[in-house]
Amino acid sequence: MKAKAEELDHQLTLLREMLRIRRFEERCAELYMAEKIRGFLHLYIGEEGVAVGMMQALAPDDAVVATYREHGHALARGLDIKAVMAEMFGKASGCSRGRGGSMHIFDGPRRFFGGNAIVAGALPMAVGLALADKLKGLSRVTCCFFGEGAAAEGEFHESLNLAQLWQLPLLLVCENNGYAMGTALAISESEQRISHKAEGYGMVAREVDGMDVLAVEAAARECVDAIKQGKGPRFLECHTYRFRGHSMFDTQLYRSQDEVAAWQEKGPIVRLRRKLEAAGALDEAKWQQLEDELRQELNEAVAFAEQAALEPVEKLTWGVYQEGAS
Amino acid sequence: MNGDSISYREAVREAIREAIRNDDRVFLMGEDVGHYGGCYAVTKGLLQEFGEARVRDTPLSESGFVGAGIGAALGGMRPIVEVMTVNFSLLASDQIVNNAATLRHMSGNQVGVPLVIRMATGAGKQLAAQHSHSLENWYAHVPGLKVLAPATLADARYLLAQALADPDPVLIFEHVLLYNETGPLPKAEDCPDMHKALVRRPGSQLSLVTYGGSLPKAMQAAEILAGRGLDVEVIDLRCLRPLDTQTIFTSVKKTKRLLVVDEGWRTGSLAGEICAQVAEHCFWSLDAPPQRLCSQEVPIPYPKHLELAATPQVEQIVAAAAAMLEAR
Ligand SMILES: Cc1ncc(C[n+]2csc(CCOP(=O)(O)OP(=O)(O)O)c2C)c(N)n1
Repeated sequence: MKAKAEELDHQLTLLREMLRIRRFEERCAELYMAEKIRGFLHLYIGEEGVAVGMMQALAPDDAVVATYREHGHALARGLDIKAVMAEMFGKASGCSRGRGGSMHIFDGPRRFFGGNAIVAGALPMAVGLALADKLKGLSRVTCCFFGEGAAAEGEFHESLNLAQLWQLPLLLVCENNGYAMGTALAISESEQRISHKAEGYGMVAREVDGMDVLAVEAAARECVDAIKQGKGPRFLECHTYRFRGHSMFDTQLYRSQDEVAAWQEKGPIVRLRRKLEAAGALDEAKWQQLEDELRQELNEAVAFAEQAALEPVEKLTWGVYQEGAS
Repeated sequence: MNGDSISYREAVREAIREAIRNDDRVFLMGEDVGHYGGCYAVTKGLLQEFGEARVRDTPLSESGFVGAGIGAALGGMRPIVEVMTVNFSLLASDQIVNNAATLRHMSGNQVGVPLVIRMATGAGKQLAAQHSHSLENWYAHVPGLKVLAPATLADARYLLAQALADPDPVLIFEHVLLYNETGPLPKAEDCPDMHKALVRRPGSQLSLVTYGGSLPKAMQAAEILAGRGLDVEVIDLRCLRPLDTQTIFTSVKKTKRLLVVDEGWRTGSLAGEICAQVAEHCFWSLDAPPQRLCSQEVPIPYPKHLELAATPQVEQIVAAAAAMLEAR
């Protein structure tokens, strides 16, 4: 049992991490309207509790695999915020040298493997990362994030089958926000409890309230411990919600404002904020200080991205093959 | 192996065996590669020799296990993934085209995929359309992939090691008609740099450019043409991406005529691409329009006579080359 003060300190860190992602993405939305960021921009706003909670359980040498809605995962994983922002701008100093943009955030040294924009396309890859660790006898975990929409793809089923069959050190994290673009789960799945699908493959699966970062963290630790003890893969379904549209082009005709408002009440940030306030660990002044620090950090990141150089067109075909290999 | 001679099938098996033995990171996986011994019997005995960790039978999940190969490569292994035939690789084409080929570039050169995928290709065994296609052209269209077509015993035996040493994804296409070809034990020197096209038969009057299963046919055709006093140079591409255009251009500038033989369909074929490049770069050296001999625009049919008619054969190669030369 952690001492109370230590526990509250940790909770403040989680709050800060979530708020950092929230403010980063709100700024991205503004920059999108200002046409500094282009392409598809999928915001994670409302779902921060999942990425932040999950990352607490991962060690630096574990691998993370994510989808196109990955800014939260990237920041929670510790990617440099300046490099991520520069990537959004498509600049050469972006974390993917500007080649990927919002949907393809990578960080080799941090074992952050995307940023994949094919729904369910990264699941087989995560199976392979876990297989490599198992073959090498390494006690590492691969953590793969995907939406509930991915459960309808064949690759989801192929991947679960392989992971369980080969008893791989893989943590499958379904971020169930209820909608695949505008398609509600109820109109796309015959079995709507995604965790039951995993159980169908004999996998240990559980569900958790994704709006409660502490619950996510606890579940994540339990899963990672079991995996590191060699107990095979784990499946975690996190019930969450995105407060914004699917992407910047979404008019959200498929859901009501009331529904969104009801979920916002349960948001991961307000919830933890209220909890910490009630415990006397947070007040208005401290919150403002937090906001100021984050604003400062973000301003610096945006300035960095603004000033960063574009890759020269002469380098267009760079990085298709490893230099000097042919 | 039998005395001092070896089959193409055995040559591929030897290459895999050597790779697994020499490097702890190498493992083989695919459908029926282990207990069954490989659908074309290529991997027979390897499971018994190396065990289930290094020779892994997979479920029928092309997308799943090809993707797993990509991940394992990212994770520091050197997987050899066998997809039974190119036809089934289409179930994994998302993984191959959208992940293996793109990760290096999308990640700003931070993560590469040192993966080798082997598959059988081509017609000639009366297996009908869904088992006979030659789609290596499609993969050769994709930047980020390297595409090899070993046509000789030496290439079957020694290209794999080069492919495994490459930091990027390499696809190896083995034509089904080549597996039973036999010949003297090849030497590593006979398999130079995988990116190089090779002149398999020097000649002065026409450049016959081909690869894979069509190479033996082209060689035979060249022999027949020689009997008629026509001197044809045969070039084996070996690597369909990146293309060694220099070797092609040098040859065409010498012979002044180009005939490409490609078992892919004519429309949108690699043969068309080679003709276009030659037209762009060697136009003023040409004495005749570049020609191509490809498969007919039809899914490969089951009956022998139709299958033969659908794909380029020796007589047609002879006729096409002779027509170009005799029109002088
Ligand atoms: C294979 C594939 N099909 C369709 C799309 C288009 N698409 C992008 S996101 C999306 C919805 C995915 O929903 P979900 O998996 O629940 O993730 P979420 O966006 O809710 O995080 C769709 C259909 C795609 N990117 N890839």
